[in-house]
Amino acid sequence: MAATPVTATTPTAAPGQSSERAQARRETLRLLLRRPAFIIGNVIVIWWVFCAVMGSRITPYDPLNYFTTGHLPPSAEHLMGTDRIGRDVLSRVMVGSRDVLIIAPLAALLGVTAGTLLGLVMGYYRGPVDDVLSRLVEAFLALPVILVSLLTLVVLGSSPIVVVCVVGILFTPIVARTVRSAVLSERQLDYVTAAKLRGETGRFILSREIFPNVLGPTVVEMTVRFGYAIFTVATLSFLGVGIQPPSPDWGLTVSQEYSNMISGIWWSTLFPALAIASTVIAVNLIADSLQSVNNE
Amino acid sequence: MTRFLSRRLLLAIVTLWLLATIVFIITNVLPNNVGRTILGPFAPQETVDALNDKLGTNRPILIRYVESMQGIVTLDFGDSFVSGKPVLPQLMAAVGRSAKLAGLALVITIPISIAAGLYAARRRDRKSDRAIVLLGVTLSSIPEFITGTILVVVVGVQLGWLPVLATPPENADIPTQIRYLLMPAMAMAIVYFGYIARMTRAGTIEVLQSDYTRTATMKGLTTTQTMRHHVLRNALVPTVAVIAVQIGYLFGGIIAVEKIFNYNGMGATMLSAAQHKDLPMLTAGVIVIGIVYMVATLGADLITAWMNPRIRLDTTR
Repeated sequence: MAATPVTATTPTAAPGQSSERAQARRETLRLLLRRPAFIIGNVIVIWWVFCAVMGSRITPYDPLNYFTTGHLPPSAEHLMGTDRIGRDVLSRVMVGSRDVLIIAPLAALLGVTAGTLLGLVMGYYRGPVDDVLSRLVEAFLALPVILVSLLTLVVLGSSPIVVVCVVGILFTPIVARTVRSAVLSERQLDYVTAAKLRGETGRFILSREIFPNVLGPTVVEMTVRFGYAIFTVATLSFLGVGIQPPSPDWGLTVSQEYSNMISGIWWSTLFPALAIASTVIAVNLIADSLQSVNNE
Repeated sequence: MTRFLSRRLLLAIVTLWLLATIVFIITNVLPNNVGRTILGPFAPQETVDALNDKLGTNRPILIRYVESMQGIVTLDFGDSFVSGKPVLPQLMAAVGRSAKLAGLALVITIPISIAAGLYAARRRDRKSDRAIVLLGVTLSSIPEFITGTILVVVVGVQLGWLPVLATPPENADIPTQIRYLLMPAMAMAIVYFGYIARMTRAGTIEVLQSDYTRTATMKGLTTTQTMRHHVLRNALVPTVAVIAVQIGYLFGGIIAVEKIFNYNGMGATMLSAAQHKDLPMLTAGVIVIGIVYMVATLGADLITAWMNPRIRLDTTR
């Protein structure tokens, strides 16, 4: 009897399984599309991605070259006015999403990938590994993200790669904690016990059994982290250690222009600021809809 | 209670040690030549070496680690690379000024957001609840410096109601000081409104569905009595925890807010330290904020234990 091939007891994907999954996915999508917040969020994000991709092909003026000698208030010619060296603010706002829309998703992706791996291991194996890693996560959570990024970027020098790594690593423990708690409730369920009794390896159970079931919270976490990554990268650029000149990046532009607000020149600061606000709000609206559909 | 307290205190100390070690790794183990960082890429090698000798940054790493840990225990974070004076007194003065700002922000945001959260929870899924939740999500996702910018443009420049810069004239009385700090504090309060209101709402909804709330209602208590004696105490437990966590983050966001409003707090100190590559100052800043966070979460633990005996009696937690 011991000669019974193990493969026979291993469940291979049943024929109905994949279509069932596809159906569930369609159902989730249908629920999402009924939410105005989800649609508005996507429209805004797609608009900024479109601007970033098209760049100077669709801007009214060249975003990097100047046209007058200094600030001009908004007018028919320059709808959002011009900045301190006479560049068209509207054109710069339109291409200003480019750097942050590359750096922030990469940072979020790094944080979520590393955090998910860590969370799966911590939640499934428990024991001393979990204890030690949990302490480390706690310590990381006590670190103020902006301040530690500032310190690290001063030490290593600022470059896009360093920004991605620093923000991604600082996000890792936060994601790990979320995934860990999701795994903790999954591992008590019967399907995990069944897999263990079948003699599956820990790696198989984690990747093929538990991971698909914690995918929902992981996707939500990815969107939430994307929002925070924009938040953090914009703040770092504003503080002068993120995206560097001569990029038309929004946070950087605010940091170069904000001192003119006192003299009443508000347009060169307000419009890039509103652009950042619209992007983070849009991403958070998407995250929030995903979260509530997930909980239903 | 003593057991609960000592356990929490021990955990806080371990966390602090780990935090200090992470910071040490960032400043000492990552590829970095302190002398070169300070003097720039064009300084001659001899000058860089001499500076490294003077600062002691080329000694064995273990010695530096032990020294930096001793420094944290004795609250001696070394001398500033820029002024040559001890870092801590200078930093603490700035932290004090920032604490004023952060305190004002909390005083504004806590009552308003708890009230909004309770209101939303009792009108769950109605229009006013949806509006509060959406407002919370929106406001808490905007970086502080953006909120600050919009406030400056609208309230400061266009309406002219409040001063645009945060630093009050010297020897100003308290109302004047508050007037100057009001706008930067608002910028931070707006961001935290979302977090606290949503947490209060979630906590209250859970308690409102519990059996003991139903019992209280069914034995004929008025809504006010039920809320005061049965709901609030339990509903606010997660809120207290989130406020404590926010106190730590408050000091992260404060850097950008102080820059917008030109306020001379720890944010300004950290930024100028970053410009001058003043690593001891930056290190001390991160660790001091870590300690603030730790004290805040410890305080929150105590408050929740006082609010909910189940937590303090369950020593396994």
